[in-house]
Amino acid sequence: MAANNIIYGINGPVVTVKGATTLSMMEMVYVGEQKLAGEVIKLDNGFTTIQVYEETTGLKPGDPIYSTGARLAATLGPGILDNIFDGIERPLRDIESESGAFIARGAAMNALDTERLWDVTVDVKAGDTLNAGQIYARCPETSVIEHRCMVPPTVCGKVEWAASNGKYKVGDVIVKLRSDDGKLCELTLCQKWPIRSPRPVSERLYANVPLVTGQRVIDTLFPIAKGGTAAVPGGFGTGKTMTQHQLAKWCDADIIVYVGCGERGNEMSQVLNEFASLVDPKSGRPMTDRTVLIANTSNMPVAAREASIYTGITLAEYYRDMGYHVAIMADSTSRWAEALREISGRLEEMPAEEGFPAYLPSRLSEFYERAGLIRTLGGKEGSVTIIGAVSPQGSDFSEPVTQNTKRFTRCFWALDKSLAYARHYPAINWLNSYSEYGGDLERWYDDNVGSDFMRCRTQMSFLLQEEARLMEIVKLIGSDVLPDDQKLIIETAKVIRVGFLQQNAFHKDDTFVPLKKQLLMMRAILYLHKRSETAVSVGVPLSMIMETGLFDRLTRIKYDVPNDKLSMLEDYPKQIDEAISALSNR
Amino acid sequence: MILEYIGVKEINGSLIVLEGVQNPSYEEVVRIRLDDGSVRNGRIVACEGDKAVIQVFEGTSGISLGNTRTRMTGRPMELALSEELLGRVFNGVGKAIDGLGDIYPTCRRNINGTPINPVSRIYPRNYISTGISSIDTLITLIRGQKLPIFSGSGMKHNELAVQIVRQAKITGDENAKFGIVFAAMGVKQDVADYFRRSFEESGVLGRVAMFLNLANDPIIERILTPRCALTAAEYLAFELNMHILVIMTDMTSYAEACREFSSSKGEIPGRKGFPGYLYSDLASLYERAGMIKGSTGSVTQIPILTMPNDDITHPVPDLTGYITEGQIVLDRALDGSGIYPPVSVLPSLSRLMKDGIGEGFTREDHSALSNQLFACYAKVQDARSLASVIGEDELSASDKRLLEFGRQFEKQFINQGVNENRSMEQSLALGWKLLSALPAEELDRVDNEMLAKYYHGKKETE
Repeated sequence: MAANNIIYGINGPVVTVKGATTLSMMEMVYVGEQKLAGEVIKLDNGFTTIQVYEETTGLKPGDPIYSTGARLAATLGPGILDNIFDGIERPLRDIESESGAFIARGAAMNALDTERLWDVTVDVKAGDTLNAGQIYARCPETSVIEHRCMVPPTVCGKVEWAASNGKYKVGDVIVKLRSDDGKLCELTLCQKWPIRSPRPVSERLYANVPLVTGQRVIDTLFPIAKGGTAAVPGGFGTGKTMTQHQLAKWCDADIIVYVGCGERGNEMSQVLNEFASLVDPKSGRPMTDRTVLIANTSNMPVAAREASIYTGITLAEYYRDMGYHVAIMADSTSRWAEALREISGRLEEMPAEEGFPAYLPSRLSEFYERAGLIRTLGGKEGSVTIIGAVSPQGSDFSEPVTQNTKRFTRCFWALDKSLAYARHYPAINWLNSYSEYGGDLERWYDDNVGSDFMRCRTQMSFLLQEEARLMEIVKLIGSDVLPDDQKLIIETAKVIRVGFLQQNAFHKDDTFVPLKKQLLMMRAILYLHKRSETAVSVGVPLSMIMETGLFDRLTRIKYDVPNDKLSMLEDYPKQIDEAISALSNR
Repeated sequence: MILEYIGVKEINGSLIVLEGVQNPSYEEVVRIRLDDGSVRNGRIVACEGDKAVIQVFEGTSGISLGNTRTRMTGRPMELALSEELLGRVFNGVGKAIDGLGDIYPTCRRNINGTPINPVSRIYPRNYISTGISSIDTLITLIRGQKLPIFSGSGMKHNELAVQIVRQAKITGDENAKFGIVFAAMGVKQDVADYFRRSFEESGVLGRVAMFLNLANDPIIERILTPRCALTAAEYLAFELNMHILVIMTDMTSYAEACREFSSSKGEIPGRKGFPGYLYSDLASLYERAGMIKGSTGSVTQIPILTMPNDDITHPVPDLTGYITEGQIVLDRALDGSGIYPPVSVLPSLSRLMKDGIGEGFTREDHSALSNQLFACYAKVQDARSLASVIGEDELSASDKRLLEFGRQFEKQFINQGVNENRSMEQSLALGWKLLSALPAEELDRVDNEMLAKYYHGKKETE
């Protein structure tokens, strides 16, 4: 670590070095006597510009800058899961035991616990040929996830020596590899990867399997594929974070990477508490066993906030390469974009829209393009699904971050203020939201849930659209003047809205709903609509149908029918038949 | 060896530029002595080589290129701290102005603070009873929360803040010590006096530390005022284990001071001319609320901000709402119709209430009741807009019922006396009483058990 550069100027998190340096672009450096972490972001003839990931108070011109010769990289190995990191992968629990409740500066930390022993099974022996991405050792990282150590993407060769099965630390050499050009590589349990470069894959696959979330409005109306991208925009108080939490808790990904990027500290402590106490329904183990948290709260240094998104996605890609399905929740990408703007402002770059730098769209697209269902270098199938929250300024969806995100994501779950005010959660507006995956996933729903799933879905969104149109009229002249068949649409849509789309995250049966129940609920609602429609057309007044209480009963299905007693739903059509035939015969 | 630098190179607004400085450090405090003997303070806000840009707290009027002697102190801005802070009045940079002399410090702290490690936070769960129905039932305040009041000029936000201070009771911990830290930024003399008087009348003045930067005080000090106040609050809460309520008013003036400072530094402006880092800057204040492991104290923040032109999408309320854990929004129409406190229920929110209410905290029906009140009141708005088009007489019976519910809700539930202290039980009972005017079938957020227990209205099935 050489210190042949000195600070010339300081302005907020940006530090400059005068004159020519040996530093390279995106190189990681340590700044000042306290060794604050930083990264080179601009080089020109006169000056080298460095962004510092910590508070720069007290730095002086003339303080040394230590170069590391390497790009900002994440350490990848066992011990990532069930851990919480800051934006540049420093473990916050270790920082706490070192410096107490407040984060001290210049805390140099190993990302992974170097003392912990792992129960390693070595899969190769001397003489084997290993290619990039091939798995050479495995160890149980948590009770549910097996960690698979892979040959780094840039290395291949013949195994010269391999350790026997046993207990090893992260830094212990497991395999010695002689590459074709004669170089000897020592592989340990961990590897490093620069966070700003995507990890290579062998090929991208067609994403046609849904990420099942158990949230009705998402699974049914706006589904997302494994390996897909979704944006969740919403003003403050519309429940972005709640939606993200629900998805993190219930979606059927193997691993969750939760990035709290410039958000509230109390929210992160809530995630920590909640995930630790929440039992994963599939494995019966705490959620934290398959979760990694990256917390760079809004008051932590802004440059590290910018890096946190990349750290998160790199960890996600690493587990994807092991053959897992990973979902990454980024809350919120707007804070990340603001971090870009803030640093760009300090660099005195020419601003584009609303002060955001002109490269905002390209950075956003680079990030979202790292999602996908892929075949790994080792030949396994894995995926990274990105769900990014967007916090539009002034709740205005026409601002640059929302607009650009919309271009690069294929699901758009627009959260709506008026729904949130009425405490209709999840407040996903069914009129502005969309999913481009509907067509891709149709086959899967047909084969695995029911052949009428997509038909029901179309019919339901049709009713909702109709309702929106009718409500325009109702707003002007009241609902009394509408004919009964139109009133029926409004009543059915109300059942759909309250009984189906609205979901109670705090109710034990309603917080997660299996696809089968979603389908049966849809069938029941649409059946009632069909029967009532016929009844109305032969002259039965709608008010009489309403008096049967059928509509209210269907609204309460979500609470009345437990998830493990779906057979109860088979009674509903019979009851509907009986009640409505009784009316028609009268 | 202490060096003094004579003269300055450049003066621009509140900034001066010094050249040939040896070893300036970023954010270091400097002392500037003018030829007439007066002393001003400043802070280094940028350095480049031997050039230092200094922000002068008291302003630059009277400074010429030659009449100053500047001395570096070698330290960042620090605040002297001790238990004696309570009961005292300070100016915006933490200097005592009540004529009782400086406090005898037990320690000094950098006013910028350091971020709390998310791992060390305790998730806030205990509610603070404010005795105000609308807040306790619908927007419950939790110990360690930051819950701003979004108001507009001329509305009764100050009265509301004072009432909260007077009536606030922390449940579950009867021996806890309380304290209040009050930070005034750019408020009128009258307002500061009003708070002082109210604290005195309710007998809490001995437990209040006041940091005052009034409307005619230097702008630059305004940027430091909340930081001083929060440093004091953190010290009292986390080291002396007290429960501290911080009232900061008016955050809009603070943000405008930031804007003024930023533009004089020649930075690239973001929305409405506010600096691009306003979000991070506000966050560095608001995030200093909370509770941490290893201490029994807490910092609860109630920032007050006036929305220019009552516009909630203005950058200051907008960014604040994204950082704080909810908001209490005041409404001018309610205020105009004589309802106090004029809390606009629908856009108001407390993010932490969901885990701090219900069985074991308040009552098992609290969450359902508040959801139901929100939902019904949202429907009232629809009925009202319909009534404004077709007239109230033409409405359906259920819409008419809703309108009546809306009126009673505002008159009985939201409206209450400035000195009226309603217990949680009273507020919840009042909520059920109002809901009982609606038929049970329309209450879709409460389950049958709760209806049976608390609902007194008629059921159509009976």
